[in-house]
Amino acid sequence: MESIKFQHHFKQIWACYLSAEQTQASMGLNDEQIQMQRIATEFAQKEFLPYMAEWDEKEYFAKETMQKAAQLGFGAIYVSEKYGGTGLTRLDSSIIFEALSRGCVSTTAYMSIHNMCAWMIEQFGSEEQKQHWIPSLASMEKFASYCLTEPGSGSDAASLATTARCDGDFYILNGSKAFISGGGDTDLYVIMVRTGSPGPKGISCILVEKDTPGLSFGKKEKKVGWNSQPTRAVILEDCKVPVSNRLGEEGQGFNIAMQGLNGGRINIASCSLGAAQASLELAANHLKVRKQFNKPLAEFQHNQFKLAQMATNLVASRLLVRKAASSLQQNLPDAVSLCSMAKLFATDQCFDIVNQALQMHGGYGYLKDYAVQQYLRDIRVHQILEGTNEIMQLIVSRDILQN
Amino acid sequence: MAMRVLVGCKRVIDYAVKIRVKPDKTGVVTEGVKHSLNPFDEIAVEEAVRLKEKKLASEVIAVSCGPPPCQETLRTALAMGVDRGIHVEIGGKDYETLQPIHVSKILAKLAQEEKVDLIILGKQAIDDDANQTAQMTAAVLDWPQGVFASKIEKMDGTLKIQREVDGGVEYVEAKLPAVISSDLRLNEPRYATLPNIMKAKKKQIAKKSISDLGVDITPRVEVLTVEDPPVREAGAKVESVEELLTKLKDLGRI
Repeated sequence: MESIKFQHHFKQIWACYLSAEQTQASMGLNDEQIQMQRIATEFAQKEFLPYMAEWDEKEYFAKETMQKAAQLGFGAIYVSEKYGGTGLTRLDSSIIFEALSRGCVSTTAYMSIHNMCAWMIEQFGSEEQKQHWIPSLASMEKFASYCLTEPGSGSDAASLATTARCDGDFYILNGSKAFISGGGDTDLYVIMVRTGSPGPKGISCILVEKDTPGLSFGKKEKKVGWNSQPTRAVILEDCKVPVSNRLGEEGQGFNIAMQGLNGGRINIASCSLGAAQASLELAANHLKVRKQFNKPLAEFQHNQFKLAQMATNLVASRLLVRKAASSLQQNLPDAVSLCSMAKLFATDQCFDIVNQALQMHGGYGYLKDYAVQQYLRDIRVHQILEGTNEIMQLIVSRDILQN
Repeated sequence: MAMRVLVGCKRVIDYAVKIRVKPDKTGVVTEGVKHSLNPFDEIAVEEAVRLKEKKLASEVIAVSCGPPPCQETLRTALAMGVDRGIHVEIGGKDYETLQPIHVSKILAKLAQEEKVDLIILGKQAIDDDANQTAQMTAAVLDWPQGVFASKIEKMDGTLKIQREVDGGVEYVEAKLPAVISSDLRLNEPRYATLPNIMKAKKKQIAKKSISDLGVDITPRVEVLTVEDPPVREAGAKVESVEELLTKLKDLGRI
C-alpha cells in the first residue's frame, strides 16, 4: 500500500467495524443470516477495505479479489444451486451486499450487477443457456454487464434504439449503449435491443460475448466515484449474434430488464446502507476524539441530535430495504412498488447520512486520506442509476393512482 | 488408519472489541458485546479440517463449553468443515469460575467417550491467556503433547510436530493418541463459504451436561476484584545520560 495515512485511517474503520453498535445491522436476522453477514463483513474487512482507496485512485477493476469472493458464494447469490448459484434469498443478498459495501462500495456494486445478470439468465434462459453460462458466472470466471441505457434513452428506457435485425440464424445488432458498468473488461453483455415495433413490446434481450466481431467499446469514462469499475459505451456495428443467444422470447426483453432491475434496486440500496453504516460509525468515533472549545465534539447537543437523526434514518432505510427484499422473494403484489420505494428512500437518506458524516469530520472529511469522502462519492450515483429516484417516484405514484 | 479428531472451540470476546471493566469490578462487560471463536481455536479447526481433506482424519468433532451462545461458535466451526459439534452446557456462576483444569477434564472425558486419536486445541484463549488446557488435558489422559505447533506431519502411528519455542524451532515426535496446541503460524484459517454455512445447518450439535460427564467443576479459584490497569503516568524528559541515571537511582529503580 502506498500511503501509510490510508492504513492508519482504515485501521480506524476496522475498529469501528466490530463495535457493539454494529448489532443494528444484525437485528431481526436468524442464525444463518448472522453467520453470512459475519463472513461477508470479515471478507470485506480483509480483502476490500485495505485496498478501497487504492482501487479508487488507480481505477483498478479487482477481478481476482472478486473471484475470491465468488469462491465463498458471492458470485450468484440468489441463483439456484441447481446451476451453480448459492440458492439464497433476496434478503440474504441484501445483507451480504450491505456488509461487503463497507469494504468497497464500488466493487460491491459491480458484483451486484453481475449477480443481477446471472439471475436474469436463470430466470429467462433456456436450459442450454443456463448450463452454458451460469456456472462460469457464479465462479466469476466470467464477468457480466447489463446494457439497457443508451445516449438517447435513459429514463425513457422503452424508447431504446439499438436494433437487432433477424438474418437467418443470426441477429445483426446496430446501435450503442451508454454508461455500461464493466464495459470493455467483462466477458458477457446482456443487451436490450429492438427486434420489433416501437415501445416496450418490441424489445428483446440478447447475450453478446466479448470479442464478437462488431462489438467495440468507447473510452473509459472518468467518474466522480465507482472508480474501481470501468464504465464505457458499448458499440454495436453490424454485430452478428446467433439467435440462440436471445434470452426469452422476442418482445420479452423489456420485461426481463425490468424484473432484473427490481432486484438490482434492492442491491444498490443495500450498498448505500453499508456505506452509511460505516460513515455513521466513523463520524461517531471522530466526535468522541476531536475536541474543540475544551470538550469533545460528542458533547455538543447539536452533534448528538444529528447523530440520532442519522441513525434513525439509517434504521428506517434498512427496514424498508429488507421488507422490499422479502416481498420480492415472495413475489407479492406490492413488490415492484416496495423495491422502488426502498431504492428511492434508502439511496437518498444514506447519501444525506454520509454527507453529514463528512461534515462532522470537519476539514478532515474533505481529505482523501479519510474514507468518508469515498463513501460519499461512491454512493452519489445510487440516486441516479438502475432507475433515477425521479423514476422511482413515477413508479410509486402510478401504482397509487392506478389502484 | 485415519484419525478421529477432537477440536476445542472457546467462545471469547472478539479481539477487536474495546474491553471495559464492570462498575462492580467483578469482571469485564460481556453482555451485548461481540464474541467470536478464539483465533487460536480457529487455527486448530482449520488444521483438523485440512487433515480430513488429506484423508488423514476420518471425523472431526468440535467441542465448546459454556452457555447457549456457544452453539454459534460451534456453527462457525461446522461451517469451516467440522463434521459435528458437542455443546457442554455450563451457565451462570459455574461458567464464571470455569478454569482450564475443569475444561481439561471435560475434554479428556469426551475424548475417551468418542474414542478420539488426536486432540487439537488453541494454544491459549485470548481472554485469559492461560495456555494450560492442552497441557492439562494431555496430563489427565496421560497422552504425549506437542504444544505451540507450527507444523504437523503424520508419520506411521506417530506425529512429527514442529514447535516454536523461545530458542527457535524444535521437532518432537509423539505417538498417537496425542494432544496438540496450535500456534499462530500453523495455518491461515479459511473463510466459511455461504454454501457451507447452509450445509452446516444440517450438521448435528449434541448437548451434554456436566452431570452427564461426571466431571467436578467446583471452583478452585476465587476472583477478588477485576480492575483496569493503572492509567499511564506522564513521563519526564532528561537532558543527559547522567541525569537519567541519577533520576533512576532516586526512584529506586537501580
